Amino acid sequence: MQGGGFFFQAFVYLAAAVISVPIAKKLGLGSVLGYLIAGIIIGPFVLGLVGEGGQSVMEFAEFGIIMMLFLIGLELKPAMIWKLKGSILGMGGVQVSSTALLVMAIALFFGLQWQTALALGLVLALSSTAIVLQTLHEKGLMQTDGGQNSFSVLLFQDIAIIPILAIMPLLATVHTSEHVENGGGGYHAASTWIDGLPIWGQTSAVLGVVAGIIFTGRYLINPSFRLIAKTGLRELFTAAALLLVIAITILMGKVGLSPALGAFIAGVVLAQSEYRHELETNIEPFKGLLLGLFFISVGASIDFHVIASNPGLILELVAALVALKFLVLVAIGRMFRMSFDNILLFALALAEGGEFAFVLFSFGLNNGVFEASLVNPLIAVVALSMAMTPLLVLLNEKLVQPRFGTKEKEEKKPDMIDKKSRVIIAGFGTVGSTVGRFMQANDEEATYLDPDPDNVDLLRKMGLQVFYGDASRSNLLHAAGAAEAELLIIAVDDAEKAVEIAKTARKYFPHLEIIARTSGWEDSYELIGMGVKNIYLDTLDSSLRIGSDALSRLGHRKYNVMRAMKTFRKYEEQHLHELAEMRHDKKKLIRATKQRIEDLEKLMLEEREELHKDKDMGWDVSGHIADENHMRT
Amino acid sequence: MRKILIVFAHPALEKSRVNRKLIEMAEVIEEVTFHDLYEIYPEMDVDVKAEQKLLKEQDVIVFQYPFFLFGMPALLKEWMDLVLVHGWAFGRNGDALKGKWACSVITTGGSRASYSKEGQNRFTMRELLAPLEQTVRLCGMHYLPPYVIHGTNVMKQEGINEHARHYRAMLKLLADGSLDPNVLKGLEYLNDFMMDNG
Repeated sequence: MQGGGFFFQAFVYLAAAVISVPIAKKLGLGSVLGYLIAGIIIGPFVLGLVGEGGQSVMEFAEFGIIMMLFLIGLELKPAMIWKLKGSILGMGGVQVSSTALLVMAIALFFGLQWQTALALGLVLALSSTAIVLQTLHEKGLMQTDGGQNSFSVLLFQDIAIIPILAIMPLLATVHTSEHVENGGGGYHAASTWIDGLPIWGQTSAVLGVVAGIIFTGRYLINPSFRLIAKTGLRELFTAAALLLVIAITILMGKVGLSPALGAFIAGVVLAQSEYRHELETNIEPFKGLLLGLFFISVGASIDFHVIASNPGLILELVAALVALKFLVLVAIGRMFRMSFDNILLFALALAEGGEFAFVLFSFGLNNGVFEASLVNPLIAVVALSMAMTPLLVLLNEKLVQPRFGTKEKEEKKPDMIDKKSRVIIAGFGTVGSTVGRFMQANDEEATYLDPDPDNVDLLRKMGLQVFYGDASRSNLLHAAGAAEAELLIIAVDDAEKAVEIAKTARKYFPHLEIIARTSGWEDSYELIGMGVKNIYLDTLDSSLRIGSDALSRLGHRKYNVMRAMKTFRKYEEQHLHELAEMRHDKKKLIRATKQRIEDLEKLMLEEREELHKDKDMGWDVSGHIADENHMRT
Repeated sequence: MRKILIVFAHPALEKSRVNRKLIEMAEVIEEVTFHDLYEIYPEMDVDVKAEQKLLKEQDVIVFQYPFFLFGMPALLKEWMDLVLVHGWAFGRNGDALKGKWACSVITTGGSRASYSKEGQNRFTMRELLAPLEQTVRLCGMHYLPPYVIHGTNVMKQEGINEHARHYRAMLKLLADGSLDPNVLKGLEYLNDFMMDNG
């Protein structure tokens, strides 16, 4: 490492990110391109602030990709993956196999041995999950057909890495006795626990580990998270979340599987856990930082010496790779009847090489599949093609689409990505649960947030979608879908908490309409002061119902009692809002409260008089005016 | 003996002398079930299944209500809209009420003379009750002439008592099945028959 010291390195990386990303965003280039450019600038060929160290940073930074896939897994329920199976297997399968075969054919044409050619095809068929997903996500294109299908293909590629890693050693042409320093290092350790095992042993070990992850996610994670949540220490939860992802990474590395895939599986398993939103909020910042770091190191690792030594060839190879992959993807798009706009997006997004190519190249190098003279320029080609992707998507968006795009109406495919509820209910106590059950009975599924782990567990056993977390935190509200929701129902028992939640919601999600349960005058005033219009005093309705039933038991006609009760409630709520307006003036408020008690008495007297005055004239004079004498019946 | 259901709808019974008296008379008859809609469904949440079950058990259905703006009180209309539905009361397989008898007992402030072509109300009671009559026929029931009590807002206690007596007699006749619908056919009001035979 140059310029020594961890802090100096951290300073360089962070400064590069903080300076270049906002500029790139301002220029409309997107954050990925910003990070890449930052990487190039601080890399050994421009400023030289980070040297070969960039390589080791990249291995660390690839952890960001693992976290990204974990988070993607969290967003996907198994049922959703099942729905996508057609596009994952169909499109993904066709993309990887046909791209691999075409690359292989070209390689054979240039006189490579078939084994090397095949390996090369497989490696170059992969695209960059990190760059594509980050770019599409940032541009809000994930929900489009093109975005969805890109995701499916990337998922297939991630799965395909397992068999590719498995057959790579079989394609060796150069016999290597010495295992040169292990390619990936980190979690890509070539030496695994299962190296010595026969094929069937390896296979069952791999399946065993995957089954283990699913089992752990299903049965062990929730109870242990509950214990951790009960300690009430927020940082402990963050630590546990990180621990989980790192443990999966190590484990997958040990059996030679893609840790990203393992994290993805773990994410899917936990997608139905009540801790899903909490996990998301905790992992998200780490993912963002590490992914940024990863993009920077991709930029820094572009070897300009190799490029400079033969710029023509490298550029031709980049163009050839991107063009080939692009054409295959266009063909797939047509085959699967995508629209023109979506084909363009889909094909441009996936036309680059992927980060796994770096891993596979060094893995192949170590296993005698490739020679260094072949690999070195190709690494530069892949890196350049990756750097081009955000640029291509940008050009497509800014130049191609406006001119040639069909401008079709955005037809939103229902249910593809997790359907967010329109309602968030904060607090699942007596009030929240009744509100929720009632709404569910009427087909309105809500997302529930509750800060009590025991409560959450119990309710989930009853089949309700309850998540653990404190709704007064904006990021948890966000994770629960507050940005898309229409309604926030505050039903927590704790009045102070209710006010806090309303404050957060007002500040970060002003579009959310708030319905709040309150337990007393004070919190009602405060909420009304915040502009919350729908206030429901906890005990008002049940008190009035008791009063009504008492009246009807004493022989009052129920219909009249019901009408009187509704009138009374209307006055009562009106009064609450009037009092709230003078809440800042304590004296005035006290005076008004005293006045209120007097008023109430007067009001009730008036009510009774009104009743005797026959406000419902129409009903007691049976029928309508007719004869001379207008007498009461 | 035949079972009679009085479907009663009055949003302010406490103010109606006539209806209170009529009910007093009706309730003591063994075959009569008195069904007070505004008391049972103060929030208009009619329990359709329960109402249909109750209707099926009856032989005679009496709709008793005050005449409001030439029609029935809102809850009774709501009740009809919800309970007498296609596929149950009429239409294909809708024969739950077929062959039963139905009539209405109506109180109104207007005089009988005002309910005529020349009168203030311009239509006869029978004309104004056409929708109810057709509803009853649609359900395959026999429509009996209405029992109409006019001039309730000027009525003296003796008048009320007389109507109450006639009302009870009518319910008894309906219960023992001695009323012949063919005899009643030509009548405008059921009251007229009771005047002659009560």
